[in-house]
Amino acid sequence: MSQTITVTVNGTAHTAEVEQRQLLVHFLRETLNLTGTHVGCDTSTCGCCTVHLNGEAILSCSLLAVQADGCAVRTVEGLQQDGVLHPIQQAFHENHGLQCGFCTPGMMMAALGVIEQHPDASDEEVREALEGNLCRCTGYQNIVAAVRSAADEMARS
Amino acid sequence: MIPSALSYTKAGTLDEALAAVAAGARPLAGGQSLVPMMRLRLAAPEGLVDLGGLAELVGICEDGDELAVGAMTTHRSVAADPQILASCHVVAQAASGVGSLVIRNRGTIGGSLGHADPHADLPAALLAAGGAVIVRSSRGERRIEADDLVTSYLTTSLASDELITQVRLPKGAARSAYAKFHRRAIDWSIVGVGVTIGSAGTRVAVTGVGDRPLRATGFEDVINAGGSLDEAVAQAGTGMSPLDDLDGSAEYKLHLVGVLARQAYTEASGR
Ligand SMILES: Cc1cc2nc3c(=O)[nH]c(=O)nc-3n(C[C@H](O)[C@H](O)[C@H](O)COP(=O)(O)OP(=O)(O)OC[C@H]3O[C@@H](n4cnc5c(N)ncnc54)[C@H](O)[C@@H]3O)c2cc1C
Ligand code: FES
Ligand code: FES
Repeated sequence: MSQTITVTVNGTAHTAEVEQRQLLVHFLRETLNLTGTHVGCDTSTCGCCTVHLNGEAILSCSLLAVQADGCAVRTVEGLQQDGVLHPIQQAFHENHGLQCGFCTPGMMMAALGVIEQHPDASDEEVREALEGNLCRCTGYQNIVAAVRSAADEMARS
Repeated sequence: MIPSALSYTKAGTLDEALAAVAAGARPLAGGQSLVPMMRLRLAAPEGLVDLGGLAELVGICEDGDELAVGAMTTHRSVAADPQILASCHVVAQAASGVGSLVIRNRGTIGGSLGHADPHADLPAALLAAGGAVIVRSSRGERRIEADDLVTSYLTTSLASDELITQVRLPKGAARSAYAKFHRRAIDWSIVGVGVTIGSAGTRVAVTGVGDRPLRATGFEDVINAGGSLDEAVAQAGTGMSPLDDLDGSAEYKLHLVGVLARQAYTEASGR
């Protein structure tokens, strides 16, 4: 069955007819061409597909697109503004928080889900925010350092 | 993979949801077990009714000597709720250890109990607390005690037209704790143990060692008869026959039951 949905993605309302079985991540990648949100697993365990739904970090591979009808979604593409990197993107760059970059969009969205509400989150809270996000490259230390530094920067501005 | 073809409706009222379930639709709560199973085609429901719009199923309030928790309350809310932390700690602690934060943002207490995975934490925590669920159908409402809720692998005593609407937590379960063992932060419990030291005695429940959460009656009997913690731990796995599998041997899992029961009991006594 198909259904017409309207989802506001990074501030822009998109109306489209989707199959009711379509996952949100496929709607983002294939219908809207927003391929920054990655698919890294088939078992809801890698976190690469993390986006924000009405302000909360969630797995876009574990939600049907129709469940997002009428909702606001934020993806990694919505982070930079007018060509200026978001503090978390700048911090990942400066702290070597990525190598291949496959996990990075999900890492940043999961981290923002916590530090936007609690910029003073402890290292332990940052690690908890990222417990559902796997990285095969970095060893995580620089990711935590990047999130810490972004949180400090965001608290200042 | 992509889920197989289905027809989806979002319930606007509880009555609409009950009518859809009675007509054969599968309830969709947080989707953190059902959607992954649909992706793997381990589940292929033809009809889904989304409970996500039912505000009356979300929230926590006091009702006499119990806390009434709406079925659609997320693990994240349960884990952080001051009343549950204070009066039924074991359930808040179990909710805080479910999957990862992104999963706890969507997964619900009603979905976890309705799903009844043999490694799930909430069914064991509810059993340790001595809680219950309220279930509703178009025929009416009834209460199912935690001891009678899960009957086998992924199977509950709900009739096919019933929905869990509320979870009831006793306020007298303040001295309680949940301890789980898993390999990675996001993993399910290999074994998890909930303990409540209540006025009517100590209740201990274990996940991961059978087709449903089991009471550790060996441990309970020793402690409730005034025996020592060491003696109780030695009896913790009595009557349980876990399977040898990729998580470990039956012997290893029985050892974990004792270790975790000691940990949870010690933590609960200190509360
Ligand atoms: C990677 C990963 C790790 C996880 N780790 C853990 C863990 O460590 N411990 C743990 O306990 N769980 C874990 N889970 C499961 C997760 O917590 C789910 O939230 C939970 O099992 C189901 O809740 P849900 O709200 O998402 O339900 P859904 O997935 O929407 O539904 C699950 C089942 O319950 C039924 N159902 C839903 N609501 C109701 C209702 N109100 N009445 C009757 N039936 C209903 C549905 O029809 C379906 O059959 C994990 C999941 C993933 C993906
Ligand atoms: S794609 Fe791996 S968790 Fe969503
Ligand atoms: S940078 Fe390669 S997976 Fe994380």
